[in-house]
Amino acid sequence: MMKDMSAMTDPRQPPAPTRAPVFELIEVEKVFQIRRPGAGLRRDTVGLRALDGVRLRVEQGASLALVGESGSGKSTLLRVLLGLDAPTGGRALYHGRPIREVRAEGPRFARDVAMVYQDARGSLDPRMTIGALIAEPLRHFGIVPAGQVAGRVAELLARVGLPADAAQRYPAGLSGGQVRRVAIARALASEPSVLVADEAVSGLDVSTQAQLLTLLRGLQRDMGLTLVFITHDLGVASYLCEEIAIMYLGRIVETGPTDAVLAAPAHPYAAALRAAAPRFFEPLPEPLPGEIPSPLDLPPGCRFSGRCPMVQPDCQTRDPQLGRHGEGRAVACLHPLGAA
Amino acid sequence: MTVQAPLLSAPAARRRRGRRSIFLRRPFFTVALVVAAGYLLAAIFAPWVAPYDPVLQDTNAMMMPPSGAHLLGTDSYGQDILSRVIFGARYALVIGLCSVLIGAAGGLVIGLAAGLAGGWVEWALMRLIDSILALPSLILAVAFIAILGQGVDKVVIAVGLSMIGPFARTVRADVMQVRVQGFIEAAHLMSIPSLAVVWRHVLPNVIFPLAVQVTIRISEAILVSSSLSFLGIGVTPPTPDWGLMIAEGRDFVSFAPWMSAMPGFALALLLIALSIVGDGIREEVDPKSRRGA
Repeated sequence: MMKDMSAMTDPRQPPAPTRAPVFELIEVEKVFQIRRPGAGLRRDTVGLRALDGVRLRVEQGASLALVGESGSGKSTLLRVLLGLDAPTGGRALYHGRPIREVRAEGPRFARDVAMVYQDARGSLDPRMTIGALIAEPLRHFGIVPAGQVAGRVAELLARVGLPADAAQRYPAGLSGGQVRRVAIARALASEPSVLVADEAVSGLDVSTQAQLLTLLRGLQRDMGLTLVFITHDLGVASYLCEEIAIMYLGRIVETGPTDAVLAAPAHPYAAALRAAAPRFFEPLPEPLPGEIPSPLDLPPGCRFSGRCPMVQPDCQTRDPQLGRHGEGRAVACLHPLGAA
Repeated sequence: MTVQAPLLSAPAARRRRGRRSIFLRRPFFTVALVVAAGYLLAAIFAPWVAPYDPVLQDTNAMMMPPSGAHLLGTDSYGQDILSRVIFGARYALVIGLCSVLIGAAGGLVIGLAAGLAGGWVEWALMRLIDSILALPSLILAVAFIAILGQGVDKVVIAVGLSMIGPFARTVRADVMQVRVQGFIEAAHLMSIPSLAVVWRHVLPNVIFPLAVQVTIRISEAILVSSSLSFLGIGVTPPTPDWGLMIAEGRDFVSFAPWMSAMPGFALALLLIALSIVGDGIREEVDPKSRRGA
């Protein structure tokens, strides 16, 4: 049983018979039923489309950055990927099988797909020492025999660049950057093949960010990790990830190799995000006009049409789907940039 | 008697291991701790400390005012009040501790069940607790005594049961706060079984606030049990219980005020000391303020 499990989860030997991607999302929808705002005492609910027709493939060993504004559905997409929420429509597959099903089967999925939370401090039990926190997945998944747990904890701490004596301390005694390292060490403890990180470096000072990014990139290369990295920082995305997926209002509007997408964005929203990043020695760029619309009442046609600087008449009537656009790229726009 | 020692030594050890200066930073706390420790020692070593047998009736020395032979005077049966106060500390502390432990254990179980179950189970349990909380704990204890009968053990059970309500409420509030935290979701994501999550992550995070609640509520339990005795439905005479002694001296208060005043003073001093100790512990053992090792 154990031998069988380790053979299946060894990241260096991906399951050979299926060439299915690690994650595949096919037209995934997630609708939350919420009370209608301003409904008073009435009980009528309204569907909030957090995800609307998301198509995504994550291949073995790939590194994908999910980029988008707040409220664009990144976190919901993450919860679907982790099997915490079931999609209300479409299919979410892990190695070709429904994620919820794989997850319900046993600890294999949980061991294989590790998560680094945005709120790293909140994801660590304040009553446990760092050593106990990292030992928990080691014991739970039976990664090493009981006698070697302490040694493996020290190894993991060293790998994320923390001193060995940190094992005796509590999360409250560590700085923000150190807590993120602990969260990463804890995620790596189960020897996963997929690492999902939600804003793992946001809110840290720039030098700590750089250390953590270097660490993550090194880990991804050395261990052959598949990395799904949620961020709103295009710089982080381009440093860490080979592929990028840009989300807007619950839909992926452009995907492709990070460098190609950022060098020549095809979707006007991607272009606007690219332009909005502050640069040295230049005045701040004009921000995108308007607010992100409420997902409760999407504009007809293209969901970006209300803010799009290049809006055409047909944008307000036809809803574009994510379609191929050059080598390895896809864009959901009726009039992609650089095509005309 | 022996249950008291480990109970008080655990927080004491934690304080010593932490910052040594707590006794200097909190002078009131230190004084209160010394007073409470004095009561505890007097209770444990009562047979050696007390000058007389607490139930020895001396017909030659009835209602004697405080003097050299009887430091706190004697009561209407000629029993030495100092000895009765010292032995009364035994009953007060045993009843206080045991009943609080019963209340805390019951509250922990109900609070955990309500906080974790959700849905109609939680609704039913909390309505039950609400209805219990609608009555003051003294009235509730009177009701339980009416069912159970009199005696020290009955008082412990009655007071313990009447304290389950407030404990359950605070435990549930803590559980609700803990269960939405990231580390609980992270544990579920790791596919750790729910019972193990409760045992490993939920329980330690609610048991510390509960322990602080216990130290604070001991004084309430002592007060309720003394009130029961004062009303004449708690422990039976001639048990040296403070509430009972106050009640016995009530009729003579105009010309022998020490009979009620001495046990009353002993009770008040212990309650104040325990409250200050409880508050001090609560302020020290805040999880957010705990740093590093």
